[in-house]
Amino acid sequence: MKENIKLRVSQIEKSFPGVKALDKIDFTVKKGSVHVLCGENGAGKSTLMKIINGIYQPDSGQIYIDEKPVKIGNPIQARTLGISMIFQEMSYVPEMTVEENLFLGNLPVKRFGNVNWKEVRQRTQELLVAENLPYSPTTPLKDLTISDIQMLEIIKAISYKSDIIIMDEPTSAITLKEVEKLFVKIRELKARGVSIIYISHKLDEVFQIADDITVLRDGTVVESHPKEELDIETVIALMVGRKLTTTFPKEQVPIGEDMLQVENFNYPNLFHNVNFHVKKGEILGFAGLMGSGRTEVMRSLFGLEPKTSGVVKIKGQEVKITNVQQSIQHGMVMLSEDRRRYGIIPMRSVKENTTLSNLKSVFYSCRNHKKIERKLVSEILNKMKIKTPTIDTPIATLSGGNQQKVVLAKWMLRNPDILILDEPTRGIDVGAKYEIYKLMTDLAKEGKVVIIVSSELPEVIGMCDRIYVMAKGTITGEINREDFSQELIMRYATGTLTAGGVN
Amino acid sequence: MKLDNNFWTTVKKKYSIYLILVGLFIVCSLANPNFLSINNLTNISRQLSVTTILALGATMLIISGMLDLSSGSVLALAGVFAVSTYKATGSLLLAVAVGIFTGIICNAINALMISTFKAPPFIATLAMLTVARGAALLYTKGQNILQLGNFVELGQGSIGVIPIPIIFLVAIAILTWYLLNHTRFGRSLYAVGGNEEAAIASGINVHKVKYTVFIINGIFVGLAGVLFMSRVNAGLPNGAINYEFTALTAAIIGGTSFSGGIGTVGGTLAGAFIVGFLDNIMNLNNVDSYMQQIVRGTIIALAVIYDIRSRNRRANSMLGKVQDQGAAKK
Repeated sequence: MKENIKLRVSQIEKSFPGVKALDKIDFTVKKGSVHVLCGENGAGKSTLMKIINGIYQPDSGQIYIDEKPVKIGNPIQARTLGISMIFQEMSYVPEMTVEENLFLGNLPVKRFGNVNWKEVRQRTQELLVAENLPYSPTTPLKDLTISDIQMLEIIKAISYKSDIIIMDEPTSAITLKEVEKLFVKIRELKARGVSIIYISHKLDEVFQIADDITVLRDGTVVESHPKEELDIETVIALMVGRKLTTTFPKEQVPIGEDMLQVENFNYPNLFHNVNFHVKKGEILGFAGLMGSGRTEVMRSLFGLEPKTSGVVKIKGQEVKITNVQQSIQHGMVMLSEDRRRYGIIPMRSVKENTTLSNLKSVFYSCRNHKKIERKLVSEILNKMKIKTPTIDTPIATLSGGNQQKVVLAKWMLRNPDILILDEPTRGIDVGAKYEIYKLMTDLAKEGKVVIIVSSELPEVIGMCDRIYVMAKGTITGEINREDFSQELIMRYATGTLTAGGVN
Repeated sequence: MKLDNNFWTTVKKKYSIYLILVGLFIVCSLANPNFLSINNLTNISRQLSVTTILALGATMLIISGMLDLSSGSVLALAGVFAVSTYKATGSLLLAVAVGIFTGIICNAINALMISTFKAPPFIATLAMLTVARGAALLYTKGQNILQLGNFVELGQGSIGVIPIPIIFLVAIAILTWYLLNHTRFGRSLYAVGGNEEAAIASGINVHKVKYTVFIINGIFVGLAGVLFMSRVNAGLPNGAINYEFTALTAAIIGGTSFSGGIGTVGGTLAGAFIVGFLDNIMNLNNVDSYMQQIVRGTIIALAVIYDIRSRNRRANSMLGKVQDQGAAKK
């Protein structure tokens, strides 16, 4: 039994100024198994993984590999010990090519220290063929989608031939088909005796792939069991420390007249002939695979990519929106999918981030009304249950879920009629997700419109009144709530069924 | 005890630059008895006012994620235009207006290149640096313009005991502080520099912000040109060379972050005075002028390293706080 344990951490403690991030953590990973770590953002998962990967040093405690005590001083040592890690939030050089990225930090060299590009090319091609990926080794990363790049990261980790692979939210940006591919790969690795530590918020996935599940909360291990002894409800309850009654706070509200109509909306090479409408009080879903054009339609509508043709009507009036200011004027706002890129000003305070789209309410009569601003911000933060040490704290120091809620709070201050949410719950914890769903319901009750673009089918199915499905840049299907099913959505999304089938 | 600790880190983080300034002032006073003389101090402040005005414009530009390498050259061009206007008309007001107008035009072109045509600020303003200097030399045929009569009053005169350039500097510093802290424009400036794409997606008119900040910079540069030429009492087409770097140095030492989104008027003023005091004390103590350059460069390097280190510390404490959020959820 003992020799079965690949990695063991014992009594690991780690503190950051003012907080104890990890408190006496015990955690073991068996050889050739998948061990899933669950926990809300801030529970200490990433800190623990960074300690195992050598990025942080623990204050006390010991790590054992094959039951031998080891010291992991940095990620390079970790790699020589057979540990590699796939990060949740990728950083990459856009101009770098596929092959350069794959061998970054690990380039094979010839006798005089010059890079052996021939070998690089050959091994890249082998890897790409083996994984059945259709890119050329010389494609720059900027020409790939996020999900392509994520797949590359995964291949890269595998190519190191590690015995322990840490995957931090590997599926947050890849399509369902790729998730399946990844899972096949994980099972293959398992069979080869590789141990995998897998972090994910997507519990349905977790239960597909896990052998063991450990739940962390507030820097301690709450419980650790083989998968068979747990179910989704229990894991959620353990993570949040309370039982969530229903995952989706959906309520039926009366539906009014048309709020937004979009007719024959086109953008060369991105989407074509997009027609949809949404009524007051409706929560409308946009489903589809990545790259199907959902995000692009919303960004164009919001004035971020204005080179479009077609007719947009808000409350029956035709409007011309060529920039974000005009969109806001018409009561339409959008939460972008990439929070760090389009959502936050990282080094500025929570306060400044909250009032950014509403400067006129705090800057008037030739000055900044500081008291009014503080009051306005404190009120909305309280109302949306946003946790921040003070409102002057830089937003980058908050957890992902709280950052997302601040971005939402910014738009709530505008009291919008139409709220577009693009992947609003990606990478945020269960508690914050629930708050966001609750907010959507509240808005619908007020007769507002919520449009949600999401790749998480349970989410659109749980929250929406109606779903449009997009594939290859156009709408392929429209489904009403009573007909919702994952299968039907996927058939539209993959293009095996097109509009007219069910309506 | 923890609170105490936090208190001191805040003080250190927020006010370290001012402590350094005060410390340097004391060291300089001890190092040379002449340093504290009224004569020397007014002299320092006269010299400093021109570069500090440039530094205040530079601070706003750096906060918004851009920079201006052309300020020294545009200063010279605006200055010689102002001087010849004064010679032709005898009107000081008209001369100032022409100087400011020149600054605005050159900086509007900078904004056009950067905001409309998406040229990187470094390259666009490098081009302007070359063109403006060339224009100043072409216009004056490389000759200094002399015999300016009463023009000198602006740069060398005083109101009471206070030198006129200082009055301008104080006015511009207050204006800059006001713009940064009390206007929508100022708040937008930080947002654009902090994350331009997020600013656009939040409904900020980034074009307008960029044009506005360059035009304000143009006003500052034009005015600085008039003050400079008036102080030296000549129209020097080759004057104020490398002033843009002195301005950038002051802003950097003052804690303005080249990554954008961070910077204060107080910091830049302190930075400018730190550079000014250092130059002055080295002059008073007859430090070799080549040596002075080395000292200055070293200080820039140290300031930048300090900036990066404190940013890393911030990043680390961020992580701590993320964990804190988790703990707070109980």
